[in-house]
Amino acid sequence: MSVLGRPAPQAAPQSYAACAHCGAPSSTRFCCTGCEGAHHLVQGLGLDAFYRKREAADGNLKPVDPPNLDFAAHAVAQKDGTHRLELVVSGLTCGACIWLVEQALAAEPDVRRARANLSTRRLVIGWEGPAERANDFSALIARLGFRVAPFSPACLRATEDAEGRELARALGIAAFGAMNVMLVSVPVWVGVELGEQSRHLMHWLAALIGMPTVLIAGMPLYRGAWRGLQAGRLNMDSAVSLGVIATTLMSLSETFRNGEYTWFDGATALLALMLAGRLLDRAARRRARQSVAELLALQEGQVQVLGAPAPIPVERVAVGARILVASGERLRLDARLDDAEALLDTASTTGESLPRRFARGEQLAAGGVNMGAPFTATVTATATDGSLAAMGRFLERAEQARGRFPALADRAARIYIPIAHVVALLTFLGWWLWVGAPWQAALVPAVAALIITCPCGLAIAVPAVQVVTSGALFRRGVLVASSTGIERLASADHVVLDKTGTLTEGRPRLLPGAWNDEDLREAASLARRSRHPLAQALVRACPDAPVAEGVEEFPGQGLRQGKTRLGSARFCGLGEDRTGMGLHLARPGQAPVAFRFADALRPDAAAAIAAFQRAGLSVELLSGDAPEVVARVAAEAGIEAHRGGASPEAKAARIAELAGQGKRVLMVGDGVNDAAALASAHVSAAPAEGMDVAQAASDFVLQGGGLLPLAEAISRARLAQRVAAQNIGFAFLYNIVAVPVAILGFATPLIAALVMASSSLAVIANALRLQKEMR
Amino acid sequence: MDILVWLIPLALFLGGLGLLGFLWAMRSGQYEDLDGAAARILFDDDDVRKDKR
Repeated sequence: MSVLGRPAPQAAPQSYAACAHCGAPSSTRFCCTGCEGAHHLVQGLGLDAFYRKREAADGNLKPVDPPNLDFAAHAVAQKDGTHRLELVVSGLTCGACIWLVEQALAAEPDVRRARANLSTRRLVIGWEGPAERANDFSALIARLGFRVAPFSPACLRATEDAEGRELARALGIAAFGAMNVMLVSVPVWVGVELGEQSRHLMHWLAALIGMPTVLIAGMPLYRGAWRGLQAGRLNMDSAVSLGVIATTLMSLSETFRNGEYTWFDGATALLALMLAGRLLDRAARRRARQSVAELLALQEGQVQVLGAPAPIPVERVAVGARILVASGERLRLDARLDDAEALLDTASTTGESLPRRFARGEQLAAGGVNMGAPFTATVTATATDGSLAAMGRFLERAEQARGRFPALADRAARIYIPIAHVVALLTFLGWWLWVGAPWQAALVPAVAALIITCPCGLAIAVPAVQVVTSGALFRRGVLVASSTGIERLASADHVVLDKTGTLTEGRPRLLPGAWNDEDLREAASLARRSRHPLAQALVRACPDAPVAEGVEEFPGQGLRQGKTRLGSARFCGLGEDRTGMGLHLARPGQAPVAFRFADALRPDAAAAIAAFQRAGLSVELLSGDAPEVVARVAAEAGIEAHRGGASPEAKAARIAELAGQGKRVLMVGDGVNDAAALASAHVSAAPAEGMDVAQAASDFVLQGGGLLPLAEAISRARLAQRVAAQNIGFAFLYNIVAVPVAILGFATPLIAALVMASSSLAVIANALRLQKEMR
Repeated sequence: MDILVWLIPLALFLGGLGLLGFLWAMRSGQYEDLDGAAARILFDDDDVRKDKR
């Protein structure tokens, strides 16, 4: 990790390229007064080593207004008289961040404990003194540039934590049991001159260790099997549970009558293997879920209701309440505008690339950010009935629907498990009734058949391939977030792309035009006063322009300084302008100047589209933006099918329509407005810089941001799919050879173990062969 | 063979110690933040007053 040795940002003396605190592009030392304050705070605490430790910064440390929540209510009094507060901290990205947060809190005299968790982005603070200190601490962290929200069990399902912990504990116990049972089983297997009595002792020892292990460590699997049975279907869990339990009972009866062999070692080892696989599977997907939890926690907030003395929590705001939305604040509830007009940036909910103006009486959807003057609005839906909540519910439903997509291994198991069970049953009946053996003796070959057919090779056939493929994709910047994602990607035959942020970079850029440097400089100095995306684009084009004085902003229209105006054509008195993204500069005595902007295509967009088409996928562009803009981008990227003005519902409906035509849709999008479509598509991907909700709804996260790796991932996924199918074939083949051995009663544990191990090894070797091809 | 009477309980005892250690480590939350642990090792906390437990 290159944490150390990175030069401090302030090392560059004059030409500042980045803000010394948050790292955002800036022409001055600090990009805003918030960062300046944060920087002084960090230095005042003697913690400026933070800037040397920090790995990467991209402006995400820009301080926000201190949270207006009452954190004291979330502080929990401890038995020893101290208080404890749990926070979700957004922006914790590297070791330096947890260092800074912990050190800054440790500098407070009454703090006893401050521990930040980088994996879960949670912070635990313990202090001596009144609960009200909670507000000071959260304000301190906010001033350092991290966004904080109280952690509530509701936002992160506590059961997930408990489940993971239970799996890990079960694995530890199973591994311990398996190793120690083997210790006493090896002498029996190898058959060194053991007397009857010592063998009996060994059996009992193995039973003593094996029984509790199987009982305790197997619980997660038994529960899975039970749930499967209740739903009326056999899954891998039920096969493994039956195998383990049958083996254990059989071994126990053999122990009692001092039979030749017991199988406790096989049962415990199988359990440990299955639990290990389960745990790995969970770990891969935890991160994606984490981001949803974080987002939900940060959306909790307070709303200023007119007439109320203080802001009240969003969930307590009733329909009909009149709320005040400050500049820059996010509208948290669906509402109807009461003021004459309002300017909302709805990019995250509708995908429109520019802020939109609303008139009195218009319906405002929750999620937009107020880019203009403060406005008042009447709430039309409570937090639990509003559009954001509805979207969340839809996401959940779509996610569950896709969860029903059976993994390849499960489909194989569905055919395989009944056959294995029937074979075992027939073996038992055959030995008992046909050969005429006593029923206890007839059980031995039956259980041996059950062990040999245990879906061990089958269970690792697909995961082995997935581990190799996920690794290869990860090195190319494609993160696999779903256990069946690779399988579904391999079968996709139609791509639906979102425009802003997916096909394009999502940041308007100034196009060359009929203006000179002096015009640009003057416009940029005015634009420094505005947060409008186009104004920001102007500032980016001319970062060293001074900040103009005496500028008035007319939200949604433009800026005025004396008689100079910068803004829309109408605002500058130039009539209507329908050519899309543009800003006009009107100065007294000079001809007006027009600045045009475009949201640039990602550099690899056209190549990626071509690669999709080469792979046999049809491509379609679906965007919430204006149809003309969409058409232009589609032409540029080489896409024939395109559609603009699509609402989130329309996007999801289009996906459903395509699915109805039998298409397997790969959806790529980055916004909250895409989340529903992403979740309902056959398979989906989101760029890493997109919204958390979009990433959570996706099977793949594109780290580099480009689309080309995704297009390449399709061919790799198809290759992986072929190898997985081969592996399942192998596993079947081995069993076909091995099963007669078991049925005929030749299967000593040694032979059974050899067969099982060799089938697993063959499967792993085949997966490793894939690694070479993926390179 | 007599030696097994000693060796097997000894092996079980040592294995059991390992299991107890694992359960203790998990209960005390040492597997909670694997990402953070990787970064923490790089902190040279000479002037640190952290964890004043």
